[in-house]
Amino acid sequence: MIILIPILIIGGLGLLYGIGLAIASVAFHVEVDPRVERIIDALPGANCGACGKPGCGGYAEAIVEDGVSITLCAPGGAATAQALAEIMGSVAGETIKKLAYIHCSCGGTDNTKFKFDYEGVQTCKSAVTVANGPNQCSYGCVGYNDCVVSCLFDAIIVDENNNRTIDPDKCTACGACVKACPRMLIEIVKADQQVKIECTNKEKGIAAKNNCGTTRGCIGCGICARVCPVDAITMENNLAVINYEKCINCGLCASKCPTKAIEDLMAGKRKKAKIIEENCIGCTICAKKCPVGAITGELKQLHTVDQDKCIGCEICVEKCPKKTIVMV
Amino acid sequence: MEFLAKMMVMAVGAIFVQNFVLARFLGLCPYLGVSKKLDSAFGMGMAVIFVMTMASAITYLIQVYLLIPYGLGYLQTIAFILTIATLVQFVEMVIQKNSPSLYKSLGVFLPLITTNCAVLGVAILNTTAKWADGTPYNFLDAVLNGFFSGVGFTLVLVLMAGMRERLEYANLPKSMKGMPIALIVAGAMALAFLGFSGLKM
Repeated sequence: MIILIPILIIGGLGLLYGIGLAIASVAFHVEVDPRVERIIDALPGANCGACGKPGCGGYAEAIVEDGVSITLCAPGGAATAQALAEIMGSVAGETIKKLAYIHCSCGGTDNTKFKFDYEGVQTCKSAVTVANGPNQCSYGCVGYNDCVVSCLFDAIIVDENNNRTIDPDKCTACGACVKACPRMLIEIVKADQQVKIECTNKEKGIAAKNNCGTTRGCIGCGICARVCPVDAITMENNLAVINYEKCINCGLCASKCPTKAIEDLMAGKRKKAKIIEENCIGCTICAKKCPVGAITGELKQLHTVDQDKCIGCEICVEKCPKKTIVMV
Repeated sequence: MEFLAKMMVMAVGAIFVQNFVLARFLGLCPYLGVSKKLDSAFGMGMAVIFVMTMASAITYLIQVYLLIPYGLGYLQTIAFILTIATLVQFVEMVIQKNSPSLYKSLGVFLPLITTNCAVLGVAILNTTAKWADGTPYNFLDAVLNGFFSGVGFTLVLVLMAGMRERLEYANLPKSMKGMPIALIVAGAMALAFLGFSGLKM
């Protein structure tokens, strides 16, 4: 009886409350959109927050109730967008693949200049608080790999010299490393962006160059901003900044940069423009639009491309009214 | 008349002198968590008043008619929490049905009323509290105590929310914005309420 009575009382209370709640749940039933649960199932469930909502559940609700775009899920990418499109009955549209990019060429054991040996807590966040960080460049990577730790997808590879590279296949552009880096070196950039500034140093001239372990720092000379054919580069505090909306990836800036501070993934791989002779009407549009003056020709005469001058920016291909310029 | 006087004593005691948040330091989680906006603070306060009053009534009956006669005082916590959890579930359903916007703005703090120590606190204090002449609380006293304690909680929550709404626009140093200044305000409010502790009834 000593055991039975408490069991009966607590069990009875539980049963009573359970029945009460069951009745209440019918009386106060709220219709939940069944699509929310289907979307939660379709999402990767990483809860990374790249979409800007609190977890996958929050994103699912936002899609159904507020009509938020279905292409925001970075880890899921195009496949998830497609699945969500089927559930929502809409078109997925184009999911632009994005990648994290580290705006610094230093940070390794072989390419960083240090001003003292740091012996404290082995994180970037802690290291940069001591006398502006152990590396001479107070803007560059200190190399304690906070970004690597923050990455949920093992997308940041560290080589034997402690240099970091982003694995484009694994990177989901969730932005965790962007937040982790105390020097704010990492940015999420469209995957097809070929030309990027590989430096964040805001010092000018020799100071920037001497502090940089690879001597590939941006010295703030502004040559790139001047040569850019589409005015996509601006100088902000002695640092070149590319406006990716305007940039056409021509690589002219990278080839002119005196310190090689601009990374160009397409360097040497660009095709040259060629005019198909029989179709050219001599409208001179291409010659006017060419940023490097590689195209010459009189009005109503056949135009020619100077193969040495051509940088392969493809502006003329786009502008030619007869579509008679091809890249070879 | 005597009953009214008793009620006044209890009301002033529960709302000001022995305020759950600022004198007993119970229920601090929603006090800081839901006090960002005035209307959600008010909604939260109403939910807590309902849960506290109902919990006081039901737990008093459980204590007097089930636990004490069978000598099951050791089951007090589990039986009370069961009651509170059920009530909170019920409130959650009602709010979700009748006021989805309030349901959204309360967020996780609504189910957290379950583990709000103020609610369990009022239920347990009702079983031990005594009047000045030594008589324990009867059923009506317990229910009123729960109700007034909830009112006290709501009062403090709404006052805090009103202040924090204005602090949003105050020209504060960056390091003091948000939670730091909220904690300082909470401390200042607790000091102010300390003044009520001198009231003798």
